[in-house]
Amino acid sequence: MIERRPIADMIGHLILLAAIFIVAFPIYLAVIAASHTIEGLSQAPMPLLPGAELLTNTAKALFDGPQMVGVSGATPAIVLLGNSMIMAISIAVGKIVISLLSAFAIVYFRFPLRNFFFWMIFITLMLPVEVRIIPTYKIVADLGLLDTYTGLVLPLIASATATFLFRQFFMTVPDELVEAARIDGAGPMRFFWDVLVPLSRTSIAAMFVIQFIYGWNQYLWPLLIASDYQYQTIVLAIGRLIRAPDAFYEWPVIMGMAVLALLPPVAVVLLMQRWFVKGLVETEK
Amino acid sequence: MEKRVVFQNRFLPYLLVAPQIAITLVFFFWPASQAVVQSVLREDAFGTTSYFVGLENFQLLFEDEYYANSFKVTALFSTLVAVLGLSISLLLAVTADRLIRGTMVYKTLLIWPYAVAPAVAGALWGFVFLPGPGVFAWLLGQMGVNWNFHLNGNQAMFVIVVAATWKQISYNFLFFLAGLQAIPKSLIEAAAIDGAGPFRRFWTIVFPLLSPTLFFLIVVNVVYAFFETFGVVHSLTRGGPAKSTEILVYKVWYDGFEAQDLGGSAAQSVILMAIVIGLTVVQFRYIERKVHY
Repeated sequence: MIERRPIADMIGHLILLAAIFIVAFPIYLAVIAASHTIEGLSQAPMPLLPGAELLTNTAKALFDGPQMVGVSGATPAIVLLGNSMIMAISIAVGKIVISLLSAFAIVYFRFPLRNFFFWMIFITLMLPVEVRIIPTYKIVADLGLLDTYTGLVLPLIASATATFLFRQFFMTVPDELVEAARIDGAGPMRFFWDVLVPLSRTSIAAMFVIQFIYGWNQYLWPLLIASDYQYQTIVLAIGRLIRAPDAFYEWPVIMGMAVLALLPPVAVVLLMQRWFVKGLVETEK
Repeated sequence: MEKRVVFQNRFLPYLLVAPQIAITLVFFFWPASQAVVQSVLREDAFGTTSYFVGLENFQLLFEDEYYANSFKVTALFSTLVAVLGLSISLLLAVTADRLIRGTMVYKTLLIWPYAVAPAVAGALWGFVFLPGPGVFAWLLGQMGVNWNFHLNGNQAMFVIVVAATWKQISYNFLFFLAGLQAIPKSLIEAAAIDGAGPFRRFWTIVFPLLSPTLFFLIVVNVVYAFFETFGVVHSLTRGGPAKSTEILVYKVWYDGFEAQDLGGSAAQSVILMAIVIGLTVVQFRYIERKVHY
C-alpha cells in the first residue's frame, strides 16, 4: 500500500464482495431449488428464499434418484457418488504410484533408453482423449473393459504432470542421503520407501488434491465407457439428466444432485487449500 | 540437470518405468497412431472392410460447411472465454492485492469454482438461465429480451461462455495474484515517490512485469476452452440450437459416436492433435524465454 485511500479501499472491498456473491449465486440457487417442491418452483422467477423440502429432496436424490419417464433406470445418487469416489481416488492414487516409480527410475538410475522413456511420458501431454477418441474406445472395448471400474480408471492413470513434479522434487533431494543410505547398506527400493517417499509427502499431498479433482470431474471418458447405469459417475448423470425431456418435473431433485456432485471436490479444495495451491502452481513450472 | 550419485542396477529401472510406459503405449500411442491411420481410410456401408482413400477425409472435412462453422464457433467461444476470464480475474487480483486486510479470505472464497466439474457448472448456469423458473432468464424477460437459449443460438453461446468463464476465473485469479505478489514493492514505491499515480504505476510497472504470467495464462485458457469444455457444451446445449455451439471437441465426439463417421472423426482427431502440439510448443518456448528473462 503506497497511499492511504480509504474510498478506493472501500470500492475494492465492494468489488470483491460482489464477485464472491456472483460466483456463489448459481450454487445458492441450486440449494434453494432443492429446498422446494416442484409446485413451489413453478413460478417465474423461482422463489429466492429456502423452502422446507431440502431434506426430502436430498434424500430422494440420494436413495431413489429422479423418477423420469425419458431416462431409463434412474440411478440413486448414493451409487453415483460411490462410483465417482472410486474413480477419483483410484485415479489419484494410481497416478501418484506409477509416477513416483518412473520418476525414481529416471532420476536415480542411468540406463539406456532413459531419455527415450522420459520423452515418451512427456509426449502424452499432447495426446488428450479428444485426439484419439474412437481408437481408445476401441481398445478398451477389445480388452473387455467397457462398463468396468478398470476401464474407467486404468487408461487415465498415465501422468506426465505427476512424473515431472516428482522428478523436479527428487532433483532437490541432497545426494548425501543416497550416499548415507548406501553406506548403511540400503538398496534402491529401501531408499525409495524409507527416505524418498516420506520426504515427498507434501508433493504427494499436492498431487493428490489436483488429481482427485481431475478424476472426479471426468466427463467425456465415463460417457464413452459407462453405458451401464451401475457404473456412471455423478457428474455424468447430471450432464444427462439436465437435458432430459421431462427434467422439469424433477428440478428440485436434480439440483440437489448437482449440489451433491460439487460438494466433495470443493471440500477437498477448501480443506486442503495449501496443498491445492502448491499443486496447481508447481505443476505449471 | 543430473544426479551425481546414482544406483547401479541392470533391470530394476526398466521394472520401475514399466507400468507408466505400458499404459502410455496401450492407451496413448497405439490409439493416436490408429487415429492417424483411420484418417486416411474409409469403411464401407456395412463397416466390415475399409480401404485407403488418401487425404479424401480431410478434403471432405474442409469442404464441409459444418466443420468450418465448428471452427468459427470454437474461435469465438475461446476468444470470449479467454478475454472475459482474464480481464475479470486480473481486475479481481489487482483489487485483492492492493488491500492490506482480507486478501487471504477473498482468495479462499474465490478459488473454489476450480473444483466444480464443467458439466456441473453447465447444469448450474443452465438452471439460472432456464426459461421459466430461472432467475436471470426472468430478469432478462423483464428487460424485454425474448429469452430462450434452447432456441436462440447467440443466447446459447452466451450461456456456455458464462459457465466456462465462471469455472476458469479462480485459476486465473490465483496465478495473477501470485504474479502480483512477486513484484518487488520497492519498484512501486519508487515510482510513487517520483509522482506516478496508481494508473500510471499499473500500466508502466505492474502490467509489464506481469506479462509473462499473462502470456502463460492466455495459452492455458485457450487450451481450456478448446479441450476441457466438452462437459459444458454437452450438458447445456448439445451443440445446438442448429449447431451454433458445436465446438471442435463436441463435433469430433458427435461425428464419431452418434453419426458413426469413423474416417471423418479420425481426420478431425488428427487436426486437433496438430493444434495441441502447436499450443504445447508455444507454451514451452515461452517457458524457455522465462528462464533467460
